[in-house]
Amino acid sequence: MKSLFDKFLPLEETRAELIASSGADPFHVVVERVISATEAMVNGRKVIMAGTNNYLGLTFDPECVAAACTAIREEGTGTTGSRMANGSYAAHVALENELTRFFNCPAAIVFSTGYIANLGVLSTLTGAEDVILLDADCHASIYDGTRLGSAQVIRFRHNDPADLEKRLKRLDERARSTLVVVEGIYSMLGDRALLREIVDVKRRYGAYLLVDEAHSLGVLGQNGRGLAEEVAVEEEVDFITGTFSKSLGSIGGFCVSRWPELKYVRYAMRPYIFTASSSPSLIASTRKALERLHHGAELREKLWDNATRLYQGLAAMDFTLGPEISPVIAVRLPVSAGVAPALWGELLSQGVYVNLVLPPATPKGGSLLRCSLSAAHSHGQIDAMLDAFALIRDKLQPHHL
Amino acid sequence: MQSKKDILDQLCELVRPYSKKPIELGEETGLIDEVGLDSMKVMDLVMQIEDHFDISVPLNILPDVLTIGDLAEHLQKLLEDS
Repeated sequence: MKSLFDKFLPLEETRAELIASSGADPFHVVVERVISATEAMVNGRKVIMAGTNNYLGLTFDPECVAAACTAIREEGTGTTGSRMANGSYAAHVALENELTRFFNCPAAIVFSTGYIANLGVLSTLTGAEDVILLDADCHASIYDGTRLGSAQVIRFRHNDPADLEKRLKRLDERARSTLVVVEGIYSMLGDRALLREIVDVKRRYGAYLLVDEAHSLGVLGQNGRGLAEEVAVEEEVDFITGTFSKSLGSIGGFCVSRWPELKYVRYAMRPYIFTASSSPSLIASTRKALERLHHGAELREKLWDNATRLYQGLAAMDFTLGPEISPVIAVRLPVSAGVAPALWGELLSQGVYVNLVLPPATPKGGSLLRCSLSAAHSHGQIDAMLDAFALIRDKLQPHHL
Repeated sequence: MQSKKDILDQLCELVRPYSKKPIELGEETGLIDEVGLDSMKVMDLVMQIEDHFDISVPLNILPDVLTIGDLAEHLQKLLEDS
């Protein structure tokens, strides 16, 4: 008789193979002790954390930590329920007001995670008569949001405004009730959306545009508002979603819009209605981190300096990388190399933790050793990462690069 | 207007390069269990179909598609509507 668990057996087999080749389970790494924003104890040794998306290094910012401690003492450890049922704490509303000021938008909604923000927005904004046109490389939270909703979902080729235009043209009148979805910085290869060109297309066809700034908030733009600010098209972006769990060093998500009507959408979003709200400590540290991010030009400068140092160092070793310098730097390995897990394990044993990404999660196939940089990394740590990569570089054949 | 048979023949040609084993492709051929498509390969195939027929294929139809014949039926409807 078949067991409920039979379908998971291939996962167990893959896991066993990965452990055999890398010496650890790449998808269940236990961080035994956190030392700082960039270091932790893993497998009994001190490791440089180079895959945590902690872009501004604010997880140990003294002001953010102090704000969280005060909130937990004054308001408790959790809200024990959803905002619709238990009520919003004043701090939830204050954070939404601060986000509207930061983005200069009339409406903002705070969610419990970035994943839930996309789930809520993508499943609810568009209805059965509407269309979602999403970039093929969009994050799983965007795909999952569309599956929870009823709109027709069509993909366009990654970062290809001409392909987007072709699809909008086919939709004819329906283009006007179409939501185009792109990301500021794509999470796997670190490349940016061609946002000016995409804005131009969506404007000509009268469509709406949502930009997920999860990896670009705090990273791009003079004030850290993301790619839309960086390329000066904020007025043309209808919705921005994002997360508190990267540059803001906390947990949570948000959506802001130039459409005040977004305020009413919250009452229809199941992922908002039926989830417990963020705890007081998370909201408090996020609010403080948002201030730090807004005035964080020095942090951004340090982050980009670190990103440039690592990218150029890896490029000099002839690794195949993502198309542009970015705080997300992915070393691309062909599937045929079949050695990505072993190289990942070698990096870990050299004291460097990066993300191992295997097909089918990778764009265009192949495997990735994905690094994400932090403003809190020192040049010494970047150089230690490069030394570790130099060691694995020596183990690769020329045709694997 | 293209008949289902025409669409089916073109689909078989588009699917053929994805087949890991030299099996005969037809209306009843299963895309996952026989051709061996995974979730990403399905997406690649959809893009190719879109280029070939010059249509957009909504992802919403995919849960209903098990065989090449299922896909042909959906495509016929999409082509009629376009």
